[in-house]
Amino acid sequence: MTTPALVRLDRVSMAYGRGEAAIHAVEEISLEIHTGEFIAVVGPSGCGKSSLMKLISGLHPPLSGNLSVEGKPVRGPIKSVGMVFQNSNLLPWRSVVDNVLLPLEIVEPHRSRIRREAGLYREKSIKLLESVGLGGFTEKFPWQLSGGMQQRASICRALIHEPEILMLDEPFGALDAFTREDLWCLLRDLQAARSATVMLVTHDLREAVFLADTVYVMSNRPGRIVKRFEVGIERPRDLEVTYSTEFQAIVHELRGHIGRAGEPAGGAH
Amino acid sequence: MDRREFTIKVVSPALFTLSLFVIWEAVCRLFHVPLTILPAASDVFAALWRYRDPIMENSLVTLWTTLAGFAIATAFGLALGIAVGWHRALYAGIYPVLVGFNSIPKVAVVPVLILWFGLGEVPAIMTAFLISFFPIVVNVATGLATTEPELEDVLRALGASKLDIMRKVGIPRSLPYFFGSLKVAITLAFVGTVVSETVGANKGIGKLMLDAQSAFQVPIVFAGLLVLAILGIVLYAMTALIEQRFTGWAFRGHANY
Repeated sequence: MTTPALVRLDRVSMAYGRGEAAIHAVEEISLEIHTGEFIAVVGPSGCGKSSLMKLISGLHPPLSGNLSVEGKPVRGPIKSVGMVFQNSNLLPWRSVVDNVLLPLEIVEPHRSRIRREAGLYREKSIKLLESVGLGGFTEKFPWQLSGGMQQRASICRALIHEPEILMLDEPFGALDAFTREDLWCLLRDLQAARSATVMLVTHDLREAVFLADTVYVMSNRPGRIVKRFEVGIERPRDLEVTYSTEFQAIVHELRGHIGRAGEPAGGAH
Repeated sequence: MDRREFTIKVVSPALFTLSLFVIWEAVCRLFHVPLTILPAASDVFAALWRYRDPIMENSLVTLWTTLAGFAIATAFGLALGIAVGWHRALYAGIYPVLVGFNSIPKVAVVPVLILWFGLGEVPAIMTAFLISFFPIVVNVATGLATTEPELEDVLRALGASKLDIMRKVGIPRSLPYFFGSLKVAITLAFVGTVVSETVGANKGIGKLMLDAQSAFQVPIVFAGLLVLAILGIVLYAMTALIEQRFTGWAFRGHANY
């Protein structure tokens, strides 16, 4: 790709705690995310996938190496991020639409405008909710929604302020297989419509291969990138693709890397 | 409310209360229990009616001192709870002192309060306050401290300040804890007031009962107990109602309970 990278990590390491007791989460990670690219990071559980997300969003500083977003080094939380976790984390005392409005109450310039243009922002949120099939549920409370619907709302909340990067940390891990596939397609369409930059952290290889342009495989903790794989399947992809031999072959190959990654990296966890 | 629900929620408690009084009356009459040990229910109600004026007057004193102490405890407890929940250093610093202070039986503090403020309503209000603010502090602080870290990440990544996170998440989230603690606090405040009145005061139900006891007016003592029970129920019901009104979302499925 010729465009300059939106996110660039150059031999970045990160640890929790300090000194001898420090737990090394990721080591010497180098990767680039380009504008409009969809990357997926896969690996065994506890390999530091989520730590990588914390690094890029600026929530946790790197121990060493260079980390830049839009060419500028990251020094603190970067506001142009939208995050979705396995748990939808919606606020139970707010209606669905008010939950989606939450980021706008925090991020400038919306923050200073939201009081004056409340109607406009509300309309925008409702439109976004309609686009993910939650049109009739805007005034409901999160606990009145199913798990899949809650996660749709959570994705809306992450997108409402039009972030540069959408970060998803095992967003569909708690859903049943059919709901999960529905949401894959939803995410695929949302990404295509907005040409959004997405980083997906998952341990579901099929999910990663179905959605991403580039898949990174991480080793056991401390996490290193052991394989970068460009998924050659043409986009937009249909769910049928997941049953093709090409798709199966890719998943199989990536599985092999994870198996190998698990063995040498200093035993358990 | 349909018939079944009416039976469960209204008829059942009314019937149970009534039968309690009937049994009480029957036991007293059957075994000829002396009036100075346990007056029959009818004697107590008679005393309640006969001395209604002083009982009313003293109940109102007890009621307002309780509410005053409770109000101070609510404001103070909320403020301290937010402060303690905000900073881990403050939490670590204040908590042992709080626990130590809370473990002092408040009866032991009343003489000191009387020494400082003299006989009157102030020691009662102070005792009610001192005994009831602790659960409010602990609950508010717990509510704030248990905010989901992922949710905090979502907001921090948007550039939210600590104050933003408190306002948007921490405080609304701890409201059910806060209102829940009010139910405990109001009961404690009531206990505090009455304890203080029985140790030393010139008005209040506690004082009335003390006087009646020294005059062997046992029916009045029991009338006082009855009034205390009724006041306690009313105060508890009030805070429970406020709790449901403000934090209906925390009750979810059984919102109409």
